[in-house]
Amino acid sequence: MRSQRLEFAVTLFSWISALVFLGIMTTLLTYLLIKGAPYLTLALIFGTTSPLDGLLLKQPVLNGLFPAIAGTLLLVFFSVLIALPAGLSAGIYLAEYAKGSVKGFFSLMFDLLAGIPSIVVGLFGFSVTIFLHQRFFGNLYPCLLISSVSLAFLVLPCLIRTTQTALESLPLSLRQTGLALGATPLQNLFRVLLPRALSGIMTGVILAIGRCAEDTAVIMLTGVVVSSGIPKSVFSNYEALPFYIYYISSEYRDRAELGTGYGAALLLLGICGLLYFAAFSINRRFKNAFRKRV
Amino acid sequence: MSLRAVIVKNILFFSAFISAAVTLGIFVFMAVLGLPLFREGLFLDMLSQPWMPHKNSYGIRPMILSTLSLSFLSVLIAFPLSLGCAAFVSVISPGKAGRFVKSMVGLMTGVPTVIYGFIGVFLLAPLVRDISGRGSGMCILTAAILLAILVSPTMILLFSSAFETIPEGYLRAVDALGGSTVQKFIYVILPHSWKGVLAGVTLSLGRAIGDTMIALMVAGNAVASPASLFDPARPLTSHIAHLIAADFNSLEFKVLFLCGMALYLFTLLSAGLVNILSSGKKKEAL
Repeated sequence: MRSQRLEFAVTLFSWISALVFLGIMTTLLTYLLIKGAPYLTLALIFGTTSPLDGLLLKQPVLNGLFPAIAGTLLLVFFSVLIALPAGLSAGIYLAEYAKGSVKGFFSLMFDLLAGIPSIVVGLFGFSVTIFLHQRFFGNLYPCLLISSVSLAFLVLPCLIRTTQTALESLPLSLRQTGLALGATPLQNLFRVLLPRALSGIMTGVILAIGRCAEDTAVIMLTGVVVSSGIPKSVFSNYEALPFYIYYISSEYRDRAELGTGYGAALLLLGICGLLYFAAFSINRRFKNAFRKRV
Repeated sequence: MSLRAVIVKNILFFSAFISAAVTLGIFVFMAVLGLPLFREGLFLDMLSQPWMPHKNSYGIRPMILSTLSLSFLSVLIAFPLSLGCAAFVSVISPGKAGRFVKSMVGLMTGVPTVIYGFIGVFLLAPLVRDISGRGSGMCILTAAILLAILVSPTMILLFSSAFETIPEGYLRAVDALGGSTVQKFIYVILPHSWKGVLAGVTLSLGRAIGDTMIALMVAGNAVASPASLFDPARPLTSHIAHLIAADFNSLEFKVLFLCGMALYLFTLLSAGLVNILSSGKKKEAL
Protein backbone atom coordinates (compact mmCIF):
# COMPACT_ATOMS: atom_id res chain seq x y z
CA MET A 1 0.00 0.00 0.00
CA ARG A 2 2.73 2.43 1.04
CA SER A 3 4.78 1.75 -2.07
CA GLN A 4 1.73 2.36 -4.23
CA ARG A 5 1.24 5.74 -2.59
CA LEU A 6 4.92 6.55 -3.25
CA GLU A 7 4.58 5.60 -6.90
CA PHE A 8 1.51 7.76 -7.30
CA ALA A 9 3.28 10.67 -5.58
CA VAL A 10 6.29 10.38 -7.88
CA THR A 11 4.14 10.34 -11.01
CA LEU A 12 2.12 13.30 -9.78
CA PHE A 13 5.27 15.20 -8.85
CA SER A 14 6.83 14.70 -12.25
CA TRP A 15 3.67 15.91 -14.00
CA ILE A 16 3.52 18.97 -11.74
CA SER A 17 7.21 19.76 -12.36
CA ALA A 18 6.72 19.64 -16.12
CA LEU A 19 3.66 21.88 -15.88
CA VAL A 20 5.42 24.34 -13.55
CA PHE A 21 8.34 24.51 -15.97
CA LEU A 22 6.07 25.19 -18.93
CA GLY A 23 4.19 27.73 -16.81
CA ILE A 24 7.33 29.65 -15.91
CA MET A 25 8.44 29.64 -19.53
CA THR A 26 5.10 30.87 -20.83
CA THR A 27 4.96 33.59 -18.19
CA LEU A 28 8.39 34.93 -19.10
CA LEU A 29 7.78 34.89 -22.84
CA THR A 30 4.28 36.37 -22.63
CA TYR A 31 5.46 39.13 -20.30
CA LEU A 32 8.25 40.10 -22.67
CA LEU A 33 5.98 39.84 -25.71
CA ILE A 34 3.21 42.00 -24.22
CA LYS A 35 5.62 44.65 -23.00
CA GLY A 36 7.96 44.64 -25.99
CA ALA A 37 5.79 43.98 -29.05
CA PRO A 38 4.38 47.54 -29.32
CA TYR A 39 7.93 48.85 -29.61
CA LEU A 40 9.03 46.46 -32.34
CA THR A 41 8.98 48.94 -35.20
CA LEU A 42 11.52 50.23 -37.68
CA ALA A 43 11.85 53.31 -35.48
CA LEU A 44 13.22 51.10 -32.70
CA ILE A 45 16.13 50.18 -34.93
CA PHE A 46 16.72 53.32 -36.97
CA GLY A 47 15.23 56.07 -34.78
CA THR A 48 14.52 59.17 -36.81
CA THR A 49 17.08 58.36 -39.52
CA SER A 50 15.64 56.85 -42.68
CA PRO A 51 16.31 53.07 -42.73
CA LEU A 52 18.07 53.13 -46.10
CA ASP A 53 20.45 55.93 -45.13
CA GLY A 54 21.18 54.15 -41.87
CA LEU A 55 21.89 50.81 -43.53
CA LEU A 56 24.19 52.38 -46.12
CA LEU A 57 25.97 54.28 -43.33
CA LYS A 58 25.15 57.60 -45.06
CA GLN A 59 23.76 59.04 -41.85
CA PRO A 60 24.57 58.00 -38.30
CA VAL A 61 21.67 56.45 -36.38
CA LEU A 62 21.50 58.40 -33.15
CA ASN A 63 18.40 57.20 -31.33
CA GLY A 64 17.94 53.64 -32.57
CA LEU A 65 19.37 50.19 -31.94
CA PHE A 66 21.15 49.95 -35.30
CA PRO A 67 24.67 50.64 -33.93
CA ALA A 68 24.10 48.09 -31.13
CA ILE A 69 22.94 45.43 -33.61
CA ALA A 70 25.88 46.19 -35.93
CA GLY A 71 28.25 46.01 -32.96
CA THR A 72 26.89 42.63 -31.90
CA LEU A 73 27.16 41.27 -35.45
CA LEU A 74 30.76 42.48 -35.82
CA LEU A 75 31.61 41.03 -32.43
CA VAL A 76 30.15 37.65 -33.38
CA PHE A 77 31.96 37.70 -36.72
CA PHE A 78 35.41 38.47 -35.32
CA SER A 79 35.09 36.16 -32.31
CA VAL A 80 34.07 33.16 -34.40
CA LEU A 81 36.72 34.04 -37.00
CA ILE A 82 39.38 33.89 -34.28
CA ALA A 83 38.03 30.85 -32.43
CA LEU A 84 37.11 28.68 -35.43
CA PRO A 85 40.56 27.59 -36.74
CA ALA A 86 41.90 26.76 -33.26
CA GLY A 87 38.65 25.14 -32.15
CA LEU A 88 38.30 22.91 -35.21
CA SER A 89 41.94 21.80 -35.21
CA ALA A 90 41.95 21.07 -31.49
CA GLY A 91 38.69 19.12 -31.86
CA ILE A 92 40.10 17.06 -34.74
CA TYR A 93 43.28 16.40 -32.76
CA LEU A 94 41.27 15.23 -29.75
CA ALA A 95 39.04 12.93 -31.81
CA GLU A 96 41.56 11.45 -34.22
CA TYR A 97 45.05 11.64 -32.73
CA ALA A 98 45.05 12.10 -28.95
CA LYS A 99 45.16 8.94 -26.86
CA GLY A 100 45.40 7.87 -23.23
CA SER A 101 46.65 10.38 -20.69
CA VAL A 102 47.30 13.12 -23.28
CA LYS A 103 43.64 12.98 -24.26
CA GLY A 104 42.63 12.95 -20.60
CA PHE A 105 44.75 16.02 -19.88
CA PHE A 106 43.38 18.00 -22.83
CA SER A 107 39.81 16.97 -21.99
CA LEU A 108 40.21 18.20 -18.44
CA MET A 109 41.71 21.49 -19.65
CA PHE A 110 38.82 22.11 -22.05
CA ASP A 111 36.20 21.16 -19.45
CA LEU A 112 37.88 23.61 -17.11
CA LEU A 113 37.93 26.36 -19.76
CA ALA A 114 34.24 25.71 -20.44
CA GLY A 115 33.50 26.20 -16.75
CA ILE A 116 35.46 29.41 -16.15
CA PRO A 117 32.94 32.19 -15.48
CA SER A 118 32.74 34.69 -18.32
CA ILE A 119 33.47 37.58 -15.95
CA VAL A 120 36.85 35.97 -15.14
CA VAL A 121 37.63 35.72 -18.86
CA GLY A 122 36.63 39.38 -19.12
CA LEU A 123 38.86 40.31 -16.20
CA PHE A 124 41.70 38.44 -17.90
CA GLY A 125 41.13 40.28 -21.19
CA PHE A 126 40.93 43.63 -19.42
CA SER A 127 44.09 43.14 -17.35
CA VAL A 128 46.09 41.86 -20.31
CA THR A 129 45.03 44.96 -22.23
CA ILE A 130 46.07 47.30 -19.42
CA PHE A 131 49.32 45.36 -19.01
CA LEU A 132 50.12 45.70 -22.72
CA HIS A 133 49.05 49.35 -22.63
CA GLN A 134 51.45 50.15 -19.79
CA ARG A 135 54.40 48.15 -21.06
CA PHE A 136 54.27 47.98 -24.83
CA PHE A 137 51.47 49.65 -26.80
CA GLY A 138 50.63 53.04 -25.35
CA ASN A 139 47.58 53.53 -27.57
CA LEU A 140 45.93 50.16 -26.94
CA TYR A 141 42.68 50.41 -24.98
CA PRO A 142 39.76 48.02 -24.47
CA CYS A 143 38.16 47.74 -27.91
CA LEU A 144 36.32 45.51 -30.36
CA LEU A 145 39.43 43.41 -31.01
CA ILE A 146 40.07 42.74 -27.30
CA SER A 147 36.42 41.76 -26.78
CA SER A 148 36.51 39.44 -29.78
CA VAL A 149 39.65 37.68 -28.57
CA SER A 150 38.21 37.27 -25.06
CA LEU A 151 34.91 35.95 -26.43
CA ALA A 152 36.89 33.58 -28.66
CA PHE A 153 38.45 32.07 -25.52
CA LEU A 154 34.96 31.71 -24.08
CA VAL A 155 33.51 29.77 -27.04
CA LEU A 156 36.63 27.73 -27.80
CA PRO A 157 35.64 24.73 -25.63
CA CYS A 158 32.17 24.60 -27.25
CA LEU A 159 33.73 24.42 -30.74
CA ILE A 160 36.31 21.84 -29.68
CA ARG A 161 33.72 19.60 -28.02
CA THR A 162 31.20 19.60 -30.87
CA THR A 163 33.91 18.94 -33.46
CA GLN A 164 35.26 16.08 -31.39
CA THR A 165 31.81 14.57 -30.78
CA ALA A 166 30.81 14.91 -34.45
CA LEU A 167 33.92 13.02 -35.56
CA GLU A 168 33.72 10.38 -32.85
CA SER A 169 30.09 9.60 -33.57
CA LEU A 170 30.79 8.66 -37.20
CA PRO A 171 30.11 4.93 -37.70
CA LEU A 172 33.09 2.60 -37.77
CA SER A 173 32.11 1.23 -41.20
CA LEU A 174 32.48 4.71 -42.72
CA ARG A 175 35.83 5.12 -41.00
CA GLN A 176 37.20 1.89 -42.47
CA THR A 177 35.81 2.06 -46.01
CA GLY A 178 38.18 4.77 -47.19
CA LEU A 179 41.17 3.08 -45.61
CA ALA A 180 40.20 -0.27 -47.14
CA LEU A 181 40.08 1.36 -50.57
CA GLY A 182 43.66 2.48 -50.10
CA ALA A 183 43.27 6.06 -48.90
CA THR A 184 45.93 7.35 -46.53
CA PRO A 185 44.65 8.28 -43.04
CA LEU A 186 45.04 11.95 -43.97
CA GLN A 187 42.99 11.60 -47.16
CA ASN A 188 40.43 9.64 -45.20
CA LEU A 189 40.20 12.44 -42.62
CA PHE A 190 39.86 15.33 -45.08
CA ARG A 191 37.90 13.67 -47.91
CA VAL A 192 35.59 11.33 -45.97
CA LEU A 193 35.34 11.98 -42.25
CA LEU A 194 35.34 15.80 -42.09
CA PRO A 195 32.76 16.33 -44.87
CA ARG A 196 30.53 13.77 -43.11
CA ALA A 197 30.94 15.50 -39.75
CA LEU A 198 30.37 18.95 -41.21
CA SER A 199 26.78 19.43 -40.14
CA GLY A 200 27.61 18.25 -36.64
CA ILE A 201 30.40 20.80 -36.55
CA MET A 202 28.01 23.47 -37.85
CA THR A 203 25.82 22.90 -34.79
CA GLY A 204 28.78 23.85 -32.61
CA VAL A 205 29.49 26.95 -34.68
CA ILE A 206 25.90 28.12 -34.35
CA LEU A 207 25.91 27.52 -30.60
CA ALA A 208 29.15 29.52 -30.42
CA ILE A 209 27.53 32.37 -32.37
CA GLY A 210 24.63 32.38 -29.92
CA ARG A 211 27.00 32.48 -26.97
CA CYS A 212 28.88 35.46 -28.48
CA ALA A 213 25.65 37.30 -29.23
CA GLU A 214 24.26 36.94 -25.71
CA ASP A 215 27.32 37.36 -23.51
CA THR A 216 27.38 40.56 -21.51
CA ALA A 217 29.93 40.04 -18.76
CA VAL A 218 32.98 39.72 -21.02
CA ILE A 219 32.23 42.70 -23.22
CA MET A 220 31.33 44.88 -20.24
CA LEU A 221 34.95 44.64 -19.12
CA THR A 222 36.60 44.81 -22.51
CA GLY A 223 35.34 47.79 -24.45
CA VAL A 224 31.59 47.99 -24.96
CA VAL A 225 30.11 51.47 -24.39
CA VAL A 226 26.63 52.94 -24.27
CA SER A 227 27.02 55.21 -27.27
CA SER A 228 29.69 55.14 -29.95
CA GLY A 229 27.98 54.62 -33.30
CA ILE A 230 29.23 52.03 -35.78
CA PRO A 231 32.85 51.09 -34.88
CA LYS A 232 35.34 52.52 -37.37
CA SER A 233 38.03 49.89 -36.81
CA VAL A 234 38.71 46.88 -34.59
CA PHE A 235 40.51 49.26 -32.24
CA SER A 236 37.49 51.42 -31.47
CA ASN A 237 34.73 51.09 -28.91
CA TYR A 238 31.39 49.65 -29.94
CA GLU A 239 27.81 49.16 -28.80
CA ALA A 240 26.13 45.79 -28.28
CA LEU A 241 22.56 44.61 -27.86
CA PRO A 242 22.89 42.73 -24.54
CA PHE A 243 24.84 45.57 -22.95
CA TYR A 244 22.15 48.03 -24.06
CA ILE A 245 19.52 45.89 -22.31
CA TYR A 246 21.58 45.84 -19.13
CA TYR A 247 22.18 49.59 -19.32
CA ILE A 248 18.49 50.38 -19.80
CA SER A 249 17.47 48.20 -16.86
CA SER A 250 19.53 50.34 -14.48
CA GLU A 251 19.66 53.79 -16.10
CA TYR A 252 16.41 54.35 -17.99
CA ARG A 253 15.07 57.88 -17.78
CA ASP A 254 11.46 57.56 -18.97
CA ARG A 255 8.82 55.10 -20.15
CA ALA A 256 9.80 55.40 -23.81
CA GLU A 257 13.41 54.52 -23.09
CA LEU A 258 12.33 51.58 -20.95
CA GLY A 259 10.15 50.51 -23.89
CA THR A 260 13.18 50.37 -26.18
CA GLY A 261 14.76 48.12 -23.54
CA TYR A 262 11.84 45.69 -23.84
CA GLY A 263 12.07 45.92 -27.62
CA ALA A 264 15.80 45.20 -27.54
CA ALA A 265 15.25 42.24 -25.20
CA LEU A 266 12.65 40.80 -27.57
CA LEU A 267 14.98 41.35 -30.52
CA LEU A 268 17.88 39.58 -28.81
CA LEU A 269 15.60 36.74 -27.74
CA GLY A 270 14.42 36.38 -31.33
CA ILE A 271 17.99 36.24 -32.65
CA CYS A 272 19.03 33.63 -30.07
CA GLY A 273 15.83 31.62 -30.68
CA LEU A 274 16.48 31.53 -34.44
CA LEU A 275 20.07 30.43 -33.87
CA TYR A 276 18.87 27.71 -31.53
CA PHE A 277 16.36 26.39 -34.08
CA ALA A 278 19.02 26.39 -36.79
CA ALA A 279 21.38 24.39 -34.58
CA PHE A 280 18.56 22.06 -33.55
CA SER A 281 17.44 21.23 -37.09
CA ILE A 282 20.97 20.78 -38.45
CA ASN A 283 21.76 18.50 -35.53
CA ARG A 284 18.65 16.41 -36.16
CA ARG A 285 19.44 16.04 -39.85
CA PHE A 286 22.99 14.99 -38.94
CA LYS A 287 21.67 12.27 -36.65
CA ASN A 288 19.02 11.06 -39.11
CA ALA A 289 21.56 10.77 -41.94
CA PHE A 290 23.33 8.01 -40.05
CA ARG A 291 20.28 6.32 -38.67
CA LYS A 292 19.07 5.62 -42.21
CA ARG A 293 22.44 4.20 -43.19
CA VAL A 294 22.49 1.69 -40.33
CA MET B 1 53.84 8.50 -42.03
CA SER B 2 54.43 10.94 -44.86
CA LEU B 3 55.84 14.40 -44.24
CA ARG B 4 52.47 15.98 -44.90
CA ALA B 5 50.76 13.78 -42.35
CA VAL B 6 53.37 14.71 -39.76
CA ILE B 7 52.95 18.42 -40.46
CA VAL B 8 49.15 18.22 -40.20
CA LYS B 9 49.37 16.26 -36.99
CA ASN B 10 51.71 18.80 -35.47
CA ILE B 11 49.52 21.73 -36.49
CA LEU B 12 46.52 20.05 -34.91
CA PHE B 13 48.47 19.28 -31.74
CA PHE B 14 49.69 22.86 -31.60
CA SER B 15 46.09 24.16 -31.71
CA ALA B 16 45.07 21.87 -28.88
CA PHE B 17 48.16 22.92 -26.97
CA ILE B 18 47.41 26.65 -27.42
CA SER B 19 43.80 26.14 -26.33
CA ALA B 20 44.93 24.32 -23.20
CA ALA B 21 47.53 27.02 -22.58
CA VAL B 22 44.75 29.63 -22.49
CA THR B 23 43.16 27.73 -19.62
CA LEU B 24 46.37 27.71 -17.62
CA GLY B 25 47.38 31.18 -18.78
CA ILE B 26 44.29 32.79 -17.28
CA PHE B 27 45.13 31.41 -13.85
CA VAL B 28 48.86 32.17 -14.04
CA PHE B 29 48.24 35.74 -15.19
CA MET B 30 45.84 36.41 -12.31
CA ALA B 31 48.17 34.77 -9.82
CA VAL B 32 51.11 36.92 -11.00
CA LEU B 33 49.13 40.17 -10.88
CA GLY B 34 47.65 39.26 -7.50
CA LEU B 35 51.06 38.26 -6.17
CA PRO B 36 51.72 41.48 -4.21
CA LEU B 37 48.79 40.53 -1.97
CA PHE B 38 50.40 37.22 -1.10
CA ARG B 39 53.78 38.81 -0.55
CA GLU B 40 52.47 41.34 1.90
CA GLY B 41 50.88 38.56 3.90
CA LEU B 42 47.45 40.04 3.29
CA PHE B 43 46.05 36.89 1.79
CA LEU B 44 44.29 35.41 4.83
CA ASP B 45 43.12 38.83 5.98
CA MET B 46 41.53 39.37 2.59
CA LEU B 47 39.58 36.16 2.80
CA SER B 48 38.31 36.73 6.32
CA GLN B 49 37.72 40.47 6.59
CA PRO B 50 34.76 42.63 5.60
CA TRP B 51 34.89 45.12 2.71
CA MET B 52 35.39 48.63 4.09
CA PRO B 53 37.64 50.64 1.75
CA HIS B 54 37.44 53.80 3.88
CA LYS B 55 38.94 51.84 6.79
CA ASN B 56 41.55 50.23 4.54
CA SER B 57 39.94 46.85 4.88
CA TYR B 58 39.58 45.09 1.55
CA GLY B 59 38.36 41.67 2.64
CA ILE B 60 36.13 39.66 0.33
CA ARG B 61 34.44 37.46 2.93
CA PRO B 62 31.00 39.01 2.31
CA MET B 63 31.31 38.35 -1.42
CA ILE B 64 32.37 34.74 -0.95
CA LEU B 65 29.48 34.17 1.46
CA SER B 66 27.05 35.84 -0.97
CA THR B 67 28.27 33.71 -3.87
CA LEU B 68 27.97 30.49 -1.89
CA SER B 69 24.56 31.19 -0.36
CA LEU B 70 23.13 32.45 -3.64
CA SER B 71 24.34 29.51 -5.71
CA PHE B 72 23.43 26.78 -3.20
CA LEU B 73 19.98 28.28 -2.71
CA SER B 74 19.37 28.42 -6.46
CA VAL B 75 20.42 24.80 -6.94
CA LEU B 76 18.23 23.83 -3.99
CA ILE B 77 15.25 25.42 -5.78
CA ALA B 78 16.14 24.05 -9.21
CA PHE B 79 16.92 20.48 -8.11
CA PRO B 80 13.43 19.09 -7.37
CA LEU B 81 11.91 20.87 -10.37
CA SER B 82 14.62 19.55 -12.69
CA LEU B 83 14.45 16.02 -11.31
CA GLY B 84 10.68 15.96 -11.83
CA CYS B 85 10.92 17.39 -15.35
CA ALA B 86 13.73 15.01 -16.34
CA ALA B 87 11.73 12.04 -15.05
CA PHE B 88 8.72 13.28 -17.01
CA VAL B 89 10.71 13.75 -20.20
CA SER B 90 12.65 10.50 -20.26
CA VAL B 91 10.64 8.02 -18.19
CA ILE B 92 7.10 8.91 -17.16
CA SER B 93 5.90 10.34 -20.45
CA PRO B 94 8.56 9.93 -23.14
CA GLY B 95 6.03 10.16 -25.97
CA LYS B 96 4.63 13.27 -27.60
CA ALA B 97 4.24 15.28 -24.37
CA GLY B 98 7.77 14.43 -23.24
CA ARG B 99 9.28 15.35 -26.60
CA PHE B 100 7.43 18.67 -26.53
CA VAL B 101 8.66 19.52 -23.03
CA LYS B 102 12.19 18.49 -23.97
CA SER B 103 12.31 20.74 -27.00
CA MET B 104 11.00 23.63 -24.89
CA VAL B 105 13.73 22.90 -22.32
CA GLY B 106 16.28 23.00 -25.11
CA LEU B 107 14.91 26.31 -26.30
CA MET B 108 15.19 27.74 -22.78
CA THR B 109 18.92 26.94 -22.67
CA GLY B 110 19.33 29.51 -25.44
CA VAL B 111 17.69 32.40 -23.58
CA PRO B 112 20.30 35.11 -22.90
CA THR B 113 21.14 35.66 -19.22
CA VAL B 114 20.68 39.40 -19.51
CA ILE B 115 17.02 38.82 -20.44
CA TYR B 116 16.43 36.85 -17.22
CA GLY B 117 18.03 39.75 -15.39
CA PHE B 118 15.84 42.27 -17.20
CA ILE B 119 12.65 40.36 -16.42
CA GLY B 120 13.86 39.94 -12.85
CA VAL B 121 14.25 43.68 -12.39
CA PHE B 122 10.82 44.58 -13.70
CA LEU B 123 8.63 41.54 -12.90
CA LEU B 124 10.03 39.43 -10.06
CA ALA B 125 11.69 42.09 -7.89
CA PRO B 126 8.50 44.17 -7.45
CA LEU B 127 6.64 40.95 -6.63
CA VAL B 128 9.16 39.94 -3.97
CA ARG B 129 9.13 43.49 -2.62
CA ASP B 130 5.36 43.42 -2.18
CA ILE B 131 5.44 40.01 -0.51
CA SER B 132 8.33 40.74 1.84
CA GLY B 133 7.24 44.32 2.44
CA ARG B 134 10.76 45.69 2.68
CA GLY B 135 13.56 47.09 0.55
CA SER B 136 13.56 47.23 -3.23
CA GLY B 137 12.91 43.55 -3.84
CA MET B 138 16.47 43.15 -5.08
CA CYS B 139 17.68 40.44 -2.74
CA ILE B 140 19.16 36.96 -2.42
CA LEU B 141 15.77 35.31 -2.83
CA THR B 142 14.92 37.12 -6.09
CA ALA B 143 18.34 36.38 -7.57
CA ALA B 144 18.21 32.75 -6.43
CA ILE B 145 14.81 32.17 -8.06
CA LEU B 146 16.07 33.64 -11.34
CA LEU B 147 19.30 31.66 -11.16
CA ALA B 148 17.22 28.53 -10.55
CA ILE B 149 15.24 29.28 -13.72
CA LEU B 150 18.54 29.89 -15.53
CA VAL B 151 20.20 26.61 -14.51
CA SER B 152 17.19 24.29 -14.56
CA PRO B 153 17.10 23.70 -18.35
CA THR B 154 20.74 22.56 -18.30
CA MET B 155 20.05 20.48 -15.21
CA ILE B 156 17.01 18.82 -16.82
CA LEU B 157 18.99 17.89 -19.95
CA LEU B 158 21.89 16.51 -17.89
CA PHE B 159 19.56 14.49 -15.63
CA SER B 160 17.59 13.16 -18.56
CA SER B 161 20.73 12.02 -20.39
CA ALA B 162 21.85 10.33 -17.15
CA PHE B 163 18.49 8.49 -16.98
CA GLU B 164 18.80 7.43 -20.61
CA THR B 165 22.19 5.72 -20.20
CA ILE B 166 20.71 2.89 -18.11
CA PRO B 167 21.40 -0.42 -19.93
CA GLU B 168 18.43 -1.59 -21.93
CA GLY B 169 18.60 -5.04 -20.29
CA TYR B 170 17.80 -3.65 -16.82
CA LEU B 171 14.66 -1.99 -18.14
CA ARG B 172 13.58 -5.12 -20.00
CA ALA B 173 14.05 -7.10 -16.78
CA VAL B 174 11.60 -4.81 -14.99
CA ASP B 175 9.14 -5.15 -17.85
CA ALA B 176 9.49 -8.92 -17.68
CA LEU B 177 8.72 -8.87 -13.96
CA GLY B 178 5.56 -6.93 -14.70
CA GLY B 179 6.86 -3.66 -13.19
CA SER B 180 5.20 -0.38 -14.13
CA THR B 181 6.98 2.63 -15.62
CA VAL B 182 7.06 4.45 -12.29
CA GLN B 183 8.45 1.39 -10.54
CA LYS B 184 11.14 1.22 -13.20
CA PHE B 185 12.06 4.81 -12.42
CA ILE B 186 12.04 4.56 -8.61
CA TYR B 187 13.72 1.19 -8.14
CA VAL B 188 16.06 0.87 -11.14
CA ILE B 189 16.78 4.10 -13.00
CA LEU B 190 17.18 6.46 -10.05
CA PRO B 191 19.51 4.24 -7.96
CA HIS B 192 21.67 3.55 -11.02
CA SER B 193 22.05 7.09 -12.26
CA TRP B 194 23.01 8.88 -9.04
CA LYS B 195 26.49 9.63 -10.42
CA GLY B 196 25.08 11.36 -13.47
CA VAL B 197 22.61 13.27 -11.31
CA LEU B 198 25.40 14.38 -8.97
CA ALA B 199 27.52 15.46 -11.96
CA GLY B 200 24.55 17.45 -13.26
CA VAL B 201 24.09 19.17 -9.91
CA THR B 202 27.80 20.01 -9.75
CA LEU B 203 27.85 21.50 -13.25
CA SER B 204 24.74 23.56 -12.49
CA LEU B 205 26.27 24.78 -9.25
CA GLY B 206 29.32 25.91 -11.20
CA ARG B 207 27.07 27.73 -13.66
CA ALA B 208 25.21 29.45 -10.79
CA ILE B 209 28.47 30.50 -9.12
CA GLY B 210 29.85 31.90 -12.36
CA ASP B 211 26.79 33.84 -13.48
CA THR B 212 27.33 37.60 -13.54
CA MET B 213 24.32 39.34 -15.00
CA ILE B 214 21.64 38.10 -12.59
CA ALA B 215 23.94 38.70 -9.63
CA LEU B 216 24.68 42.17 -10.92
CA MET B 217 21.13 43.19 -11.87
CA VAL B 218 18.90 41.73 -9.15
CA ALA B 219 20.99 40.64 -6.14
CA GLY B 220 20.84 44.14 -4.71
CA ASN B 221 24.53 45.00 -4.43
CA ALA B 222 25.27 45.41 -0.70
CA VAL B 223 28.78 44.71 0.53
CA ALA B 224 27.69 43.27 3.89
CA SER B 225 27.37 39.56 4.58
CA PRO B 226 23.75 38.57 3.94
CA ALA B 227 21.84 37.34 6.98
CA SER B 228 18.41 36.59 5.56
CA LEU B 229 16.73 35.68 2.28
CA PHE B 230 15.52 39.25 1.87
CA ASP B 231 18.95 40.85 2.32
CA PRO B 232 20.72 42.33 -0.67
CA ALA B 233 24.11 40.87 -1.57
CA ARG B 234 27.09 41.32 -3.86
CA PRO B 235 28.56 38.02 -5.09
CA LEU B 236 32.16 37.71 -6.36
CA THR B 237 31.16 38.02 -10.01
CA SER B 238 29.29 41.29 -9.61
CA HIS B 239 32.05 42.58 -7.31
CA ILE B 240 34.43 42.27 -10.27
CA ALA B 241 31.97 44.00 -12.57
CA HIS B 242 31.51 46.87 -10.10
CA LEU B 243 35.16 47.56 -9.41
CA ILE B 244 36.53 47.35 -12.92
CA ALA B 245 36.68 51.14 -13.08
CA ALA B 246 39.06 51.34 -10.10
CA ASP B 247 42.68 52.38 -10.57
CA PHE B 248 44.68 49.49 -12.03
CA ASN B 249 47.51 49.77 -9.49
CA SER B 250 45.33 50.24 -6.40
CA LEU B 251 44.85 47.63 -3.73
CA GLU B 252 41.13 47.69 -4.54
CA PHE B 253 41.88 46.47 -8.05
CA LYS B 254 44.38 43.82 -6.98
CA VAL B 255 41.67 42.26 -4.84
CA LEU B 256 39.77 41.55 -8.07
CA PHE B 257 42.44 39.00 -8.99
CA LEU B 258 41.78 37.31 -5.68
CA CYS B 259 38.06 37.19 -6.58
CA GLY B 260 38.98 35.85 -10.00
CA MET B 261 41.17 33.15 -8.49
CA ALA B 262 38.45 32.18 -6.02
CA LEU B 263 35.99 31.76 -8.91
CA TYR B 264 38.63 29.84 -10.86
CA LEU B 265 39.17 27.48 -7.94
CA PHE B 266 35.43 26.85 -7.58
CA THR B 267 35.44 25.93 -11.29
CA LEU B 268 38.46 23.67 -10.84
CA LEU B 269 36.76 21.85 -7.97
CA SER B 270 33.55 21.26 -9.90
CA ALA B 271 35.35 20.21 -13.12
CA GLY B 272 37.48 17.80 -11.09
CA LEU B 273 34.45 16.30 -9.36
CA VAL B 274 32.58 15.86 -12.65
CA ASN B 275 35.68 14.26 -14.15
CA ILE B 276 35.91 11.72 -11.30
CA LEU B 277 32.20 10.94 -11.52
CA SER B 278 32.22 10.37 -15.27
CA SER B 279 35.46 8.33 -15.33
CA GLY B 280 33.89 5.98 -12.79
CA LYS B 281 30.97 5.53 -15.15
CA LYS B 282 33.25 4.47 -18.01
CA LYS B 283 34.87 1.75 -15.92
CA GLU B 284 31.48 0.43 -14.89
CA ALA B 285 30.41 0.19 -18.52
CA LEU B 286 33.43 -1.93 -19.39
